Amino acid sequence: MTFLFFFIFAIIALAGAAGVVVLRNPFYCVLSLVVHLIALALLFLLLEAQFVAVAQIVVYAGAVMVLYVFVVAYVGGGDKPDQLWSAGTRQKALAVCFAVAIFVELAIALLGTALSALGTDGAKLSATYGTPAEIGKLLLTNYLLAFELASMLLLVAAIGAVALAGRRGGIAEDEGNLSPRHGLVHTPSPAATGSMAEGVSGYGVTTPLPDPQFEGRELQQPARVTAEDDR
Amino acid sequence: MTVNWYLIVSAMIFTLGAAGVLIRRNPLVILLCLELMLNAGNLALIGFSRMWGNGAGEIFAIVVMVIAACEVAIGLGIIVALYRRRLPVDVDQLKELHG
Repeated sequence: MTFLFFFIFAIIALAGAAGVVVLRNPFYCVLSLVVHLIALALLFLLLEAQFVAVAQIVVYAGAVMVLYVFVVAYVGGGDKPDQLWSAGTRQKALAVCFAVAIFVELAIALLGTALSALGTDGAKLSATYGTPAEIGKLLLTNYLLAFELASMLLLVAAIGAVALAGRRGGIAEDEGNLSPRHGLVHTPSPAATGSMAEGVSGYGVTTPLPDPQFEGRELQQPARVTAEDDR
Repeated sequence: MTVNWYLIVSAMIFTLGAAGVLIRRNPLVILLCLELMLNAGNLALIGFSRMWGNGAGEIFAIVVMVIAACEVAIGLGIIVALYRRRLPVDVDQLKELHG
């Protein structure tokens, strides 16, 4: 039974990972990563790490991915349709070569290791293995320093993110030029940005991708405002 | 299931993530591929933890998750700042760190 579950979850996780690499629209990439993370959490459950599995779903698939979705909706900027696979075939071939080399190295390292316990199901587990109680005890006794340093790191990262993305000196001039209603509804955006609106309307699946002549940062004309709209 | 299987899956996910970092040009997707690599590391850590029957690997995995969250916060902050300054969101065109 474990065998069956392992293969199902492993295949879902690998498919999700492949989706992140292959899909063109960043919005779909994020969704694919969510699928991958959930499958991975189930693999953690198979390894009896209950607390980490739940933390993975709540923190990763929940909080971190929501952050990603917001930024994708804000920035968009998918790879230009003509660019992902055609441009730089040499680069692509090199990248695949390097990736295969990494995999071969890892496989040699894993299979050639002298750790004989790798071929077993693992040590006999205590009843408390992987429970929140045990993790909490370890974090606050043996690994207290790591715990405190991690929380300091999070604080520094939060301050850094605010400092990086914060809007200093009010709204930039060219941002302020957009009239409020265009800013809210008809924000001009590059083609194939992978925004939420595009993702929901099946952009790139049910509607064709735009001409490659839209350069990344060139803006589409905003929808024309007719006289009726102005009233 | 022996621990070996989990490690092989972890190696595959890591490979996919590395290939993604090398192939894709959108920094957002590159960050996603970095997440893949970190998660592959997490899977290996949990696998080893299971092998020894010892909670240390799980603590390590949790710390890796914290670091991934920090990386996301900073990385997305940089991307939003790029977008604000009307710079191209494409790593091939972003050749200079300075200004």
